[in-house]
Amino acid sequence: MAFAGGGPPPDDIVVEALRAGDEAMFASLLDAWSPGMLRLARAYVSTDDSAQEVVQDAWLAVVEGIDGFEGRSSVKTWVHRILVNTAKKRGARERRAIPWSSAFRPPVGPAADSARSPDGDGLPPGPWKDFSVLWPTPEDEALAAEVRGQIAAALAGLPARQRTVITLRDVEGCTSAEVCEILDISAANQRVLLHRARAWVRGRIEDYFETVGRPA
Amino acid sequence: MKRFRCADVAELVTAYLDDALDAPVRRRMDEHLTCCAGCGRRLDQFRAVIGVLGTPPAEDLRGDVRDRLMSAFRDRRRG
Ligand SMILES: [Zn+2]
Repeated sequence: MAFAGGGPPPDDIVVEALRAGDEAMFASLLDAWSPGMLRLARAYVSTDDSAQEVVQDAWLAVVEGIDGFEGRSSVKTWVHRILVNTAKKRGARERRAIPWSSAFRPPVGPAADSARSPDGDGLPPGPWKDFSVLWPTPEDEALAAEVRGQIAAALAGLPARQRTVITLRDVEGCTSAEVCEILDISAANQRVLLHRARAWVRGRIEDYFETVGRPA
Repeated sequence: MKRFRCADVAELVTAYLDDALDAPVRRRMDEHLTCCAGCGRRLDQFRAVIGVLGTPPAEDLRGDVRDRLMSAFRDRRRG
């Protein structure tokens, strides 16, 4: 069940309801925020099971912590901070558990491609291609699905911090102030990470169209 | 005042889209954009990527996870 008329009610009402054990309020928050939390978790962990567990553990921490919530940030920011910290810990544990064989696989993604890495400025080497295809019309559904697949692959190639920022800003629609608070970073740092991430994704999409030779 | 190069535009796209540039810098960037088709296209591409990112495929909490969370909430409130 979602919230009527868009977002959740004001924070004081949300907090009071959660403390009073209002199941409908908790269910609405779960349904409103869990999809975005799953996307964020995927910046740190590799499987769907892990992402589901990260989101579960984050919500359990919210249930445990709601009585002590002091309102120094918004409820949304607080919940997302818990999610990011839970995901970071889980991701670090997973990386320690990576077997040698995969640890020595040649790097793929940005690290393997320093000339066009997410740290670069995203300037292409050649002439620009027509990108009208990136505004897929309904007739272009198959192509739109391909573009989505390419964008998902590009996101997967990003370092976790960049992926977290672009997910929060461009996928979840958070403001830059919210992102800074969730991740404890400065506004300038937030913008650099967002810019590198966007430039990387744009570059990958362009490479894709150059490779498949369209649009004409 | 120094002329805006394409590399300057590339560097400042995100600040531009966030409306975070000082007025004079923004004006120079707008001037460059009106006469440089390449940078205009790149800006469109950024906007297109942002647009696609903003309409992601659906994600859902697995049913068993959701059930577990609802009962944890119930138990905690009772205890
Ligand atoms: Zn230019």
